[in-house]
Amino acid sequence: MSTKFRDLLALEPLTADELGFLLDQSKPFQEIQKHPLKKLATLRGKTVALAFFETSTRTRISFGAAASRLGADTMNLQAEASSLKKGETLLDTVFNLNAMKPDCLVMRHAASGATDYVARHLDIPVVNAGDGTHEHPSQGLLDALTIRDRLGTIKNLNVTILGDILHSRVARSNIHLLGKFGCKFTLCGPAMWVPRELEKIAPGTPIRCVYRIEEALHGADVIMMLRVQTERLNDPPLSADDYILLYQLDAERLRRASPNAIVLHPGPINRGIEITPDVADGPQSCVLEQVTNGVAVRMAILYLLISGATETDTHPALQVKSKESANASD
Amino acid sequence: MSAPEIDRTLQRLAHEIVEKSGGTKNLALIGIVRRGVPLAQRIAQAMRGIDGVDVPVGVLDITLYRDDLSKVAPQAVLRSSDIPFGVDNMDLVVVDDVLYTGRTIRAAMNGLFDLGRPKRVSLCVLVDRGHREMPIEARYIGRKVQTSDTEIIEVRLQEIDKEERVVLVDRVE
Repeated sequence: MSTKFRDLLALEPLTADELGFLLDQSKPFQEIQKHPLKKLATLRGKTVALAFFETSTRTRISFGAAASRLGADTMNLQAEASSLKKGETLLDTVFNLNAMKPDCLVMRHAASGATDYVARHLDIPVVNAGDGTHEHPSQGLLDALTIRDRLGTIKNLNVTILGDILHSRVARSNIHLLGKFGCKFTLCGPAMWVPRELEKIAPGTPIRCVYRIEEALHGADVIMMLRVQTERLNDPPLSADDYILLYQLDAERLRRASPNAIVLHPGPINRGIEITPDVADGPQSCVLEQVTNGVAVRMAILYLLISGATETDTHPALQVKSKESANASD
Repeated sequence: MSAPEIDRTLQRLAHEIVEKSGGTKNLALIGIVRRGVPLAQRIAQAMRGIDGVDVPVGVLDITLYRDDLSKVAPQAVLRSSDIPFGVDNMDLVVVDDVLYTGRTIRAAMNGLFDLGRPKRVSLCVLVDRGHREMPIEARYIGRKVQTSDTEIIEVRLQEIDKEERVVLVDRVE
């Protein structure tokens, strides 16, 4: 009954069943985060290549921790130090990495679609750790896991996303995942970041764009904050003070949401810009749970992709109808 | 084995465990996913009848601790482990349905030792079918059965399979 995943490039093409399966498979790894001894030997001898062509701290460390807790080794490529600076093409860089025989490639790139493009040229599993403004699947999964743990379900929730949605791959992955479970979305932020076209990005999912934060928060079960990329505030001009005045999530505005509403933020947080410290550190905030769950989700992804890519069709035990009823493997 | 035979065997195993452990103090059962779990729960229930004490039962999925990643079941479905008590200094009895190569039990021990340092770990199985590939033996055995490599011991339990029996069948090749 297990679902076969070769790569994890986007959440959009996955069904609700497949997404639910990925979330369920993360649960055993959440338990392992609580063990005194967190290291498994499951992927011993395997190597995960981490190629971050766009800078990242949290996601790269999280994938690295996930790999090492599964017993795998990592190879690291960071944009600043790479030969891309010397003019090598993306594919050449990736082929060189692949020639060092990793068992899986985790990749981030500033261009949307770059991960799909690379995956088409490689025979090892590829995980998208964020491509341009397209998707960030592991973030979508860890957010859903966090919501499910806190609220008990991810079905039929009112989800409000605040901030620069136009440029956000996190928002897209969340909409594609939660939308398949009947969630309704309210997108809110300055008009330049929340164009009406966003209402059509996930056919079948109710999405509305509103421009007043008070209206957007009304009745929300989940509030997803996005980081305000301060460098983008200048073009077109919107001062940080105006942003705070119009769109900052503070305790008073939060009261308009459902009493049990939770607040998510993918980080890094700009305290005092998009969110006030009392909300970021308050009881409704899940930001650190998100980080903890991120390691579990990424362990599940690496486990599934790497175990799925290892000699699957030749072993005689496969002909036994199923592991449980046959105890052929006992 | 028929349903009444399975029941009598589990009753006897419960008595044996209590007797050899000198009571139920610090005793806990660890059921191996899947069929070890209902067996452990039934043994715990039988112990309540003997000693009037609730022996804690933990659940352990050994998939992540296997030594044969993906060979048997690619992208094997993980089930949750749930051991709601500290294992330090505990007297743990690992419960499984069939003891065969011993590899499952080796994996289970790796999993248990990630949780702490139990005082003692022993093994209880419904059926010991031989063919060991590891230096592992069960302390409590329901029944020993001579088998050949091509045979399978099929344990069917009410909680999982909606029927109750243990049979020896030929592997379909």
